[in-house]
Amino acid sequence: MKLSRKWLGEFVAVDASDKDFAEAMTLSGSKVETTEDLGAEIQNVVVGKVLSMERHPNSDHMWICQMDVGRDEPVQIVTGAQNVKVGDLVPAALHKSLLPGGKKIEKGKLRGEASNGMLCSYLELGLDQRDFPGAYEDGIWILSDDPELAGLTVGEDIRTAVGLDGHVVEFEITPNRPDCLSVIGLAREASATFDAPLRLHAPEVKGGGDGCLAELLDVETPDPELCPRYTARMVRNVKIAPSPKWMRERLREMGVRPINNIVDITNYVMLEYGQPMHAFDYRYVKGGRIIVRRAQEGEELTTLDGNVRKLTPNMLVIADETRAVGLAGIMGGENSEIVDDTVDVVFESANFDGTCIRKTALALGMRTEASAKFEKGLDPLNTLPAVNRACELVELLGAGEVLDGVIDILNHVPQPTVLKLEPDKINALLGTGVPEEEMRRILKKLDFGVDGEHVTVPSWRGDVQRMADLAEEVARFYGYNNIPCTLQRGETTQGGYSPVQMAERRLGALCRACGYSEIITYSFISPACYDKIGWAEDEPLRNSLKILNPLGEDTSIMRTTTLPSMLDILAKNYSYRNKNARFYEIGRIYLPGGPDGLANEPRMLTLGAYGEGYGFFTMKGAVEALLRELRIADVSFLACQDDPSYHPGRCAGVYAGEKLLGVMGQVHPTVAANYGVDCELYCAELSFDALLDAQGPGAEYHPLPRFPAVNRDIAVVCKDGVTVGALEGCIRKAGGRLLREIALFDIYKGKGIPEDSKSVAFSLTLRADDRSITAGEADEEIKTVLAALEKELGAVLR
Amino acid sequence: MKDQLAKIRAEALAALEGVQDAAGLDGLRVKYLGKKGELTGVLKMMGKLSPEERPVMGQMANDVRAALEKALDEASQKLEAAALALRLKAEAIDVTIPGQAVAVGREHPMNIALNELKDIFTGMGFTIMDGPEVELAAYNFDRLNAGEGHPSRDWSDTFYFDQDSRVMLRSQTSPMQVRAMDTLPLPIRILAPGRVYRKDEVDATHSPMFHQVEGLVIDKGVTMADLKGALNTVAERLFGEGTKTRFRPHHFPFTEPSCEMDVQCHKCGGVGCPTCKGEGWIELLGAGMVHPRVLEMAGIDPEVYSGWAFGFGLERLALRRFKIDDMRLIFENNIRFLEQF
Repeated sequence: MKLSRKWLGEFVAVDASDKDFAEAMTLSGSKVETTEDLGAEIQNVVVGKVLSMERHPNSDHMWICQMDVGRDEPVQIVTGAQNVKVGDLVPAALHKSLLPGGKKIEKGKLRGEASNGMLCSYLELGLDQRDFPGAYEDGIWILSDDPELAGLTVGEDIRTAVGLDGHVVEFEITPNRPDCLSVIGLAREASATFDAPLRLHAPEVKGGGDGCLAELLDVETPDPELCPRYTARMVRNVKIAPSPKWMRERLREMGVRPINNIVDITNYVMLEYGQPMHAFDYRYVKGGRIIVRRAQEGEELTTLDGNVRKLTPNMLVIADETRAVGLAGIMGGENSEIVDDTVDVVFESANFDGTCIRKTALALGMRTEASAKFEKGLDPLNTLPAVNRACELVELLGAGEVLDGVIDILNHVPQPTVLKLEPDKINALLGTGVPEEEMRRILKKLDFGVDGEHVTVPSWRGDVQRMADLAEEVARFYGYNNIPCTLQRGETTQGGYSPVQMAERRLGALCRACGYSEIITYSFISPACYDKIGWAEDEPLRNSLKILNPLGEDTSIMRTTTLPSMLDILAKNYSYRNKNARFYEIGRIYLPGGPDGLANEPRMLTLGAYGEGYGFFTMKGAVEALLRELRIADVSFLACQDDPSYHPGRCAGVYAGEKLLGVMGQVHPTVAANYGVDCELYCAELSFDALLDAQGPGAEYHPLPRFPAVNRDIAVVCKDGVTVGALEGCIRKAGGRLLREIALFDIYKGKGIPEDSKSVAFSLTLRADDRSITAGEADEEIKTVLAALEKELGAVLR
Repeated sequence: MKDQLAKIRAEALAALEGVQDAAGLDGLRVKYLGKKGELTGVLKMMGKLSPEERPVMGQMANDVRAALEKALDEASQKLEAAALALRLKAEAIDVTIPGQAVAVGREHPMNIALNELKDIFTGMGFTIMDGPEVELAAYNFDRLNAGEGHPSRDWSDTFYFDQDSRVMLRSQTSPMQVRAMDTLPLPIRILAPGRVYRKDEVDATHSPMFHQVEGLVIDKGVTMADLKGALNTVAERLFGEGTKTRFRPHHFPFTEPSCEMDVQCHKCGGVGCPTCKGEGWIELLGAGMVHPRVLEMAGIDPEVYSGWAFGFGLERLALRRFKIDDMRLIFENNIRFLEQF
């Protein structure tokens, strides 16, 4: 919401710089976004009088003018314009002047003749035809031709001379305060903020226009709940013309383009009172009847912006006997627009249901100044003063003859809210000791009725409904920054993290220690991702929650797997030519079928990596480290050949006992190719919940061995198909209580080993807790192990 | 004999002066102190001395032996030290050669900022609370006093999963207030961080998914002064002691009175600069006293209990903290970006 400080000054005198004004208003609750000095771009441009003109000796179209610019001596300025004559008052940009757009004017020579500045057109001053309708468009702006600019002083700053000296403050008005979307509303806040009296003005309409309103116009509101109030007046014998300079200037300052006197009046009143107004051409209100009704299904209306709108019965229209002439509260119809030969005008000042207006504007994609106001809920008591103000302005501008009387249909005008003033409760909520008298004073200056302990809320303050709201009013003007700061009191609470949150932090730290950096990826993905990671058409996890109004296809479903997100980031890094990357993400997946129709949102710990020297066992080492951190027992990695996202020969299911914790391995080359990557990618997807479930008990100290261990290395030859896991399992089973550790240290294929076999070497550690074991005992143990290896897996000592 | 001893002493000490290595030293030790050494030779003649002379000479001979032994030890130590110095010199390395790289992963800047906050608040007795992101509109809006017709409920602003606008992606972490009030015993002090979603196109300052942190305190006799005290403490912990804050009135449907808290621009100290867009203040968070209607809807009597709540965007905090100028970097996860933190 823009506010012209000149206009504000009509209602309240505030003597403060823009900066101080902005600061004070912000701290009392009307947040200022920006302040602007409209003339800041224009400097050293004055009203100049043409004293004499002579032809430029070296040009057939230029003139050398001697200008009176209010100095002792005339100033010579060369111009190429042909519409200037001796005696004219024109804008003269002097040496070292500034024009809008950062244009600098300096003295110089034009074809050999000195020119100490430039004569300006209004375009060069940042104005257009609508600002000064009478001005000559294709040449210098002849100020003395405009009767509205009579009485200018030669040498006067052009900004004050033509009204380019406005200061505008732009506010961010919160949706609970539609009353502040008006000059008067903001004036009331400024008056309370600066303790300066608010000077409101009651519109006075002389009336007396020819005709009887009741005979000419009839208004019906068949849907009273959508139209709590409809107020209208009529003006006859309208003379459409540009509105006067002061009005154009104010509109321009508030960011509204002047059009003609009648339209300008409706805009002026909307800005001043916050009440949207509409003016119809009476000729086109067939039968003199205005019907505020729901649109018919499929009914069409061409709005003022020239667009054909297809309407539904949820939308409210202003209609005559035969057709819609306007979209209630949003925009008028082209068919009843005010035009140059309009004679009779109906001013509408109505109150419409905010939700209906909002939904209609949204459905039609046409949010307007008016609809933005209505949708927040306006004060129904404002319609009558607003329409009277419009009529008053018509009379002031001599734009027509106002008929006596007002059509005013009151379907629903709410009763004023009366609250009890409870100073103790207000202070208890704020933690303050504001005296009751101060509270009363604050409420009174905001036009609350304060009578004994009763507070009557003004009609425009629909947001104030209970004690807490009054507390906010008191706090705003007592000063939020005068409320003390106190430390937390009352019952102490423990605070802290849940076990899941602690595990999240712990595992995150471990991932980083292993060299993996944390990433954060979007929870929504494209449905095409499931194809990209190779999932079958009938994969049950394809069943995802679909966003009905997504930003785009790429973010339209909630992921049921984190793999595409990780692959996406790996691929991006690969395309950025990052040589190595190791990532982890602890993030959720979203599975349909949760409570209340919501999702189940389990967390996943996802690892992803690529780079030189990175392989399956690099990833496996990291996964093992994570499992160790959680003291998960009975871990096994089982080859997994049927996960379509992974290399069938380089993928493992990760188990704790029988329980699957997740999957890890090399991403299937086809899947990697789908992401535009031609190197080996590795990923692990671990269920965070399963990891936590499998978590072992806390650490417990075991005495360090007091007796020496015996190490025995064995190398066995077995068929290629026998896995290290199987060999280890067999050794562990066969080994007695003395066998403490099994460590793989070599796998060899080649010379001396049959083609279809391999040699696998382990280092076994044997130890007793209560004595030193003998070599004989160790040999016995090893013999048993070797026998079992041979019998069960055909693995023989090399 | 006396002369002989003095000569041995002088000769030996002189010889030790010139010794170059361990072998030379050993030679001297043998030559003077060995079984067949010169001093031993002299001592062998002790028997020939008169009983009166013997103790005198004996004393003198011992003195010479002690002096020689001491000198030999010193020479030996000197030689060892020289040898060590030589070895250390030979072992010298170029310490400017880079160390062996240890790959340590980095924490995402957003979570660095978040964890800092979590630690601040857990220290103040707050419990960290998680909740669903796919949320009921009833919790995200209705129970927070943003009824039918509230603009943020529009399909142009919020992502929905059903035509009835019942199930949605939470547009704020505030529904966690409702979940906390519904499930936790009083008094309540929670911090609920998490992902939230709004229908904003991706640009330098927007993302359809971002993170918020919600805080809620409900107890008997909680005041707006408490809110200010607690949030000031947080600002000081985040931005350093003496950080100035200011509170401005604002509006949120679920708090009354509502406010926004600004911190004084750290860059210009409040004078106004590009960082604070000339305002001298930087908006940090929104807060307020829990709206009595919200308490009532949760079955908490606003005549007995009151509370305060706050919420803010984590990305903005992280961006400011690390001087990141484009939010897209947060979700791009370029390793060269992540490695900077």
